[in-house]
This record gives sequence, C-alpha cells and structure tokens, in this order.
Amino acid sequence: MTVASHPENHHREHDYPEHYLSSNWTLRGWLLTVDHKRIAWLYTVSITGFFFLGGIAALLIRLELITAPGDLLSAKVYNEMFSLHGIVMVWFFLIPSIPATLGNFLMPMMVGAKDMAFPKLNLLSWYIYTVGGIFTLAAVLAGGVDTGWTFYTPYSSLFSNTSVIAAATGVFVVGFSSILTGLNFMVTTHTMRAPGLTWKRLPLFVWANYATGLIMVLATPVLSVTLLLMGLERGLGIGIFDPALGGDPLLFQHLFWFYSHPAVYIMILPAMGVVSEIIACFSRNPVFGYKGMVLSIAAIALFGFVVWGHHMFVSGQSLYSGILFSFFTFLVAVPSAVKTLNWTATMFRGRIWFSAPMIYALSFLGLFTIGGLTGVFLASLALDVHLHDTYFVTAHFHYIMVGGAVTAYLGGLHFWWPKMTGRMYSELWSKVAALALFIGFNLTFYPQFLLGYSGMPRRYHAYPEAFEFLHVLSSLGAGVLAIGYLLPLAYLAWSLWKGPRAPANPWDAYGLEWRANSPPIEHNFTETPRVTGGPYAYD
Amino acid sequence: MSEQSIVDPDIGLQLIPTEASDYATQVDHLYFGLLGLSALLVAILVGLIVVFGFRYRRSRKGPRKPRFSDRVGHRIEIGFAAGLTLLFLGLFYWGGHLYMHLYDDQQSDITVNIVGKQWMWKVQHPDGTREINTLHVPVGESVKLRLTSQDVIHSFSIPALRLKRDAVPGLYTTAHFVATKTGEYRLFCAEYCGNEHSKMRGRIVVLSQADYQEWLTRHGEGPSPAVAGRQLFQSHGCTGCHQDSAQTPAPALDGLYGRTVPLDNGSTIVADEAYIRDSILQPQKHVVAGFQPIMPSFSGQLSESEIFELIAYIKSLQPGEWNQDRASGAPQ
Repeated sequence: MTVASHPENHHREHDYPEHYLSSNWTLRGWLLTVDHKRIAWLYTVSITGFFFLGGIAALLIRLELITAPGDLLSAKVYNEMFSLHGIVMVWFFLIPSIPATLGNFLMPMMVGAKDMAFPKLNLLSWYIYTVGGIFTLAAVLAGGVDTGWTFYTPYSSLFSNTSVIAAATGVFVVGFSSILTGLNFMVTTHTMRAPGLTWKRLPLFVWANYATGLIMVLATPVLSVTLLLMGLERGLGIGIFDPALGGDPLLFQHLFWFYSHPAVYIMILPAMGVVSEIIACFSRNPVFGYKGMVLSIAAIALFGFVVWGHHMFVSGQSLYSGILFSFFTFLVAVPSAVKTLNWTATMFRGRIWFSAPMIYALSFLGLFTIGGLTGVFLASLALDVHLHDTYFVTAHFHYIMVGGAVTAYLGGLHFWWPKMTGRMYSELWSKVAALALFIGFNLTFYPQFLLGYSGMPRRYHAYPEAFEFLHVLSSLGAGVLAIGYLLPLAYLAWSLWKGPRAPANPWDAYGLEWRANSPPIEHNFTETPRVTGGPYAYD
Repeated sequence: MSEQSIVDPDIGLQLIPTEASDYATQVDHLYFGLLGLSALLVAILVGLIVVFGFRYRRSRKGPRKPRFSDRVGHRIEIGFAAGLTLLFLGLFYWGGHLYMHLYDDQQSDITVNIVGKQWMWKVQHPDGTREINTLHVPVGESVKLRLTSQDVIHSFSIPALRLKRDAVPGLYTTAHFVATKTGEYRLFCAEYCGNEHSKMRGRIVVLSQADYQEWLTRHGEGPSPAVAGRQLFQSHGCTGCHQDSAQTPAPALDGLYGRTVPLDNGSTIVADEAYIRDSILQPQKHVVAGFQPIMPSFSGQLSESEIFELIAYIKSLQPGEWNQDRASGAPQ
C-alpha cells in the first residue's frame, strides 16, 4: 500500500503497485482468502468451467438435432445430455453467474466498503457451491440423470432409472450457497455503505443485486424443501406426490416453480444492473428515470413471486388459477418494459461510444426485448396452450436467460475487466466476439420460435423430417455462438499476460469502484470514500 | 417402442399449421396480433438505438441540447407504463377468453377417453372402439377429450387444433374441440415422459360424419365403456355390497352421478368423476354418512381404462334403476 503512494513507481513498466492479486500468491493464499475480490475469482473460474461443460452438452444436442431420425446419440444419452445441460447451466452457471462473480467483486467496492459484511461466510458460500457442484457432476457423469433440470414427479420419483437423488442432492447443497450469498449482499448493502451513500444514491447494480439477494433468501429454501420431498418420495415412497398413495403429482410443480420462476429474476435482475451501468457510462448520460428504475427492480422482485402458475396453464390446475396467474404475468411485464424504455432514453442526446461493453449491452437490449415480447405470447393463455412445451418456449427462455443474462455477464466482464485485472484487452477482438455472439445467438434461437409455432415439442431426440431445415439453421447458429464464447476466453487470457496496463478509470466512469486502483489494493480503498452526489454524474 | 409405432402424417413444414377448427383460427388471430405489435415495438426500439447511436456518437462534435427535465421524464415513464398496462389488460382478456372456452366443461356430442402410457396414447371411443396413437373424429361435432395417465405425466398435443392438455396420473383433465376440416394432423406427446418420449407421436384423423360412422362399424367390436364397466362391476364383486339385498352394507349407486352426497364427517361432496374414482381407489377418503368404512381399495387391480369404464357405467345408472331391476326381476 505504501508503494502505491510513491508516484515515481507508477511510471515504471514492470514495477506493480501492491494489490490484491500480487501479495500472498500461494494455494493457501487463494483457498483460504476472505477477500471478496479473490472469492469473486474463485467463482469466476468455477462457473467458467461449468459454462463450457454445459456448452459442450448443448453442442452435442444441436449436433444430434441436425438430422431428424435421432441417429447420433441414443435416446438415453440424448435425454441425459439435455438434463446435464439444463442442470449445469441453471444451477451452476446462470444463478451464481453475475451475483457471485461481478457482484462479489463490485458490491463492496460500489458501496465504498473494505469487504462484504461477512467475509468468512462469503468464502464458505464458495466451498458449498464447489461441494454441490462436484456432487452433481459426479452423479451426472457416473450414472447420468434423465429427468431434465425440472425433476418433475412422478417421473423423477417413481420411474426414472438414473441417479436422480444424487444429482438433486448437489442442487440441494448449492442452494445454501445461494442463500448465504444473498444474505451477505443484503447485510452489506444495509450496513457497509460509505458516509453519504444514501439509498437514493446507490448505483443500480447494487440495487439489482440487493433485490436478487432478497429473492435468493426467500425463494431458495422452498426449492430445498421440494427437492428433499422428492428425494424422500423416491427413496421411501412417502406419498406426497404419488396419486396411488393419495399424493398430488401437481404439488411438485407448484413448489418447484415457486422457486424456479423467481430464479429467472435471480438471473435477469443483476443483468439489468450491469446494463444500466454500461449504458450510462458509454452514453455519458445519467440513467434516465433513476427512481423508475429502482421501483421497477422492486416491482419485478415482488411480482416475480406470484406468477409461478404460468408454467402450469395446461397442467390441470383450475381454470381460475390460470386466469389469475396470466393476469399477474402481464403485470410483471410492465416494469421490464419501463426499464427498456429508460435504457433507450438514456442514450438520448448522449455521447455514445461503441466499445465492446456497450455492444454487449445493446445486444442485451435487443435480445431481452425479443425474449420479453415472446413472454407476452406465453402469458396469453390460449396462445400458451398451443406453444407450451414446444420450441417456442425453448427459444423464449434462451433469449431471456442466455441472450439476456449471459450477454450482460460478458458485457460486465468486459466493462470491469481492467479494474479486476489491471489489464486491457484487444478492442478489435472484443468487438468481433460481441458481434459473433449477437449473430450466432439469433441464428440459433430465432428459428426455434418458428419451429415452436409449427408444433415441434421440446426434449425430442427424434422428430418429423419436416422440421429438419429449421433445426439445421439452429445448429449452424450454435457453431457461430460457440465462436462468440471461445474468443473472449482466448483474448482475455492473453490480456492477463500481454495486455497493456489499465489506468484506474479507463472508461472515465462514475462509481466508487473506479476511484480504487486497477487492480485494487487488498482492502479496496486507502481511505474510506465520501459520497456527495448521485451515482451517474455524467456531464 | 419400435420405429413402426410412429404414425406421423406426412404434412411437411407448416409455419402456421393447418387451422382445423374455428378455435385454431381465433388463436392465430391473437398470434398475428401479437406478432404485429412485437414487430412494431422491436422496429421502434432498434430504430431509436440506430438513430441515437448515429446522431449522438462520440466522434460527432458539438454540444448536446439538454435532456428532458425530470418532470417531462416522469410523464413519459408514467404514460408509457399506463398505456402498456391497458394494452396488456386487453391482451389478457383476449387470451383468457379463448382459454376458458377451450377447457370449459361443456356438453359434447362425443366423449373420447384417452390414457397416456409410456409410450403410447390409448384411445377409447364412446361405443367401445379402441385405437392406439391415432384419434379418429368426425368433422363438425363437438368432441370432448377426457385424459388421464397410468404412469407419468404426458401431454396430448394437436397443433392443428391449437390444443394441448396434460394427462396426469390420478387426475382427469378435459378439453374439447370441434374440428372443421377433414384431413390428417400431427399428434405429439409434449411433456417429457422418459426414454422414448420423442416416439410418442401419432395422428388425428378428421373424417366426414359418414366416413366416421363407417370407420366405427368397421372397427367397433368392443362393448361400450358403460357395458364393459357393468361387466367389471360384476366380475369384481361390487354388486355383492352395492346392489344385492335390501340390507346392503354399501350405498346404492343408481342416480349417484352429479348428486350431492353427505359424508360421515358432516361435510358434503358432489359425486363427479374424481369422486367416483377416489371411492374406488381410496375408499376411506370420503365415507358416506351412515355407512361403515369397510370397502377395500381396488388400487392396483384396475387399469386406468377399466376405471374409465366403471365410471362410465356408474354415470349411466339412472335414479331408481336398480330398484326397478329388482322389482322386475331382471338379471343383473
């Protein structure tokens, strides 16, 4: 820290000021760290591994579907592949992605704190995540599981001959990691804010992660209970879900979606936070309608809890439940639309800079809008009946969860990469990658909307030949998309060794994190920052 | 299942599937409406991003005029949110109205029982005709589907009718339609149901009414569900308690369907299909007032199709029918 205060050291090429990465670079120094920034890296490395594992499963699925008869993989292997893809991507990548990596790194810095409120709990969260991940991975690789990520009963509890309990145990365990992270975010936001940082001055990324923490803490226990009941049902036949024993097969779906619908907001709210920061910075404008943005985050988090039944419009739940859940689903679309309006309006009369993070953020805007609008199709009851469990649904939730959450995650990673690593990356390659992602994504998933309306059901390993052409387009797109995901892996890794040194604030952005060094020192700030104004004081 | 069990009609790729019912046309109208609205909104959004991105790009020098005042900003936001809410309420009503119509329990000309099973659809027509993975229906008549499953959850999906309904074990779900166009259409299982899920496919054949009658006479060999149910009722010994003597230990079942039944816990229940089903499989669940809970469960002894038949038999019994039978000495 004292080194940093000697100005002459800044100008010497190979003399780094001391920072959180340079000291104590040992295995022990990493595995027992309580520094939120190092824990963010532990998560980043782990979820990247899971992302590419889930991605390989996705590519196998797309390869299989190039031809109609189902001739590459057996039905069993195909079912295990889409289950692996779903389980890994949802629970071990999408849910922790932005909160556990960018959130972990930035939340304390953005509120001007030295660390999380509970640094040791933060490390424990990562260990729990790792244990759950290894458990599920072992189950999935050793025996496989073929229930899909939704584990619907009575298939999962009575009929599947695969390692259901083992796979679900890992998901059960990883839930605790999610709960602890959420708790840490909430307490950090409440108690660790720097002097002058009132709630009305919080960056939207902090607001978004705060709301996400709330959902994690409130919803995840329901998933834990649901999986526990499913395991007991399978192991002991307790009869909660088995109609032969007086149980209710739909109860599982109610309980499951009570968590898993809010889980979509666990993925998308932090993404919205990232995009708000990026668009403000690269438009050089304050976010349009800050208050409206905060209210929308709150409304999405709250309404997100009362729409789970829209996954069950054709299930046999009562007609009036269907009507009620459709109504709330339309309502939850309003705050999302308001946010889209506000992001666009933020660009109005700005000074727009098409850097890679901005291209990612604008891609998010386009993909999220298509995902959101097709959500309106599915909220319309009669249309949902036709589209339910078809490729239309597959395309819709990929637009939200991959087009939205993953694109924003990559945008955020590019935006804060100089802060996290102290290095810049190739501007050219990062733009190429962002464009490849946008093109590849649309080519992969847009044909799936058409497949869905023409009737193609999801989770089919073989299908009528008429659907082949659109599947071929989709698989081609997946190839382009894979390039969009592999390129950043290459040039970001390159930047770690060869990238030019990053200044403290390469984008000339507002926010307390940019006041720290790049990379920051161990406790972030040499002295506690004081906040005197709003979060987006551009121009 | 072997490959041969798949009986896909060869109808090519249809981005808008054939509209084989008026309902399908109405759903498509909603689809086109939403498609138009979405295209408009996406065009506005992309247009704004492109225009802003060009006009306000960083390299373009010169000052930017001031942005909206907070007051104007709030008005834009509130106006946008209010307008959108109204629009969504309209769409909510449109989609909900059609949905109620599809799943509403209403009278139908023909009721077809469908049992999902790993991995086939077993269909039984009112006259007892059975078929697998194929559903023959007449054009222009209202058809009610009564669905259940004997193992996992399946979903009966006919894109040409824009119709889909889950078949859930232990539950009866219904849907109805009037096909308006003869032809062959695809039938899928839409809910993942295990290894051969993707082979649980078939076809629906909409015939003219004359052809349908002819098809029934050609294939209709089995007894109707009610007649088959009566045989089951006798062969499983149900008559011994429910029907035989004046001092029966069990309630009489003639005229039961649709009646309100008093239970021994003081409550009442309407005798619908679910109640009859529960009484067969879980007889202790609803004990009728004044009777002992002594009936054994028939769970595991009857297939879903047999339960359908028993219910059909009990539904067919008119009030007082058994007394008349006894008085006239008719054989049971």
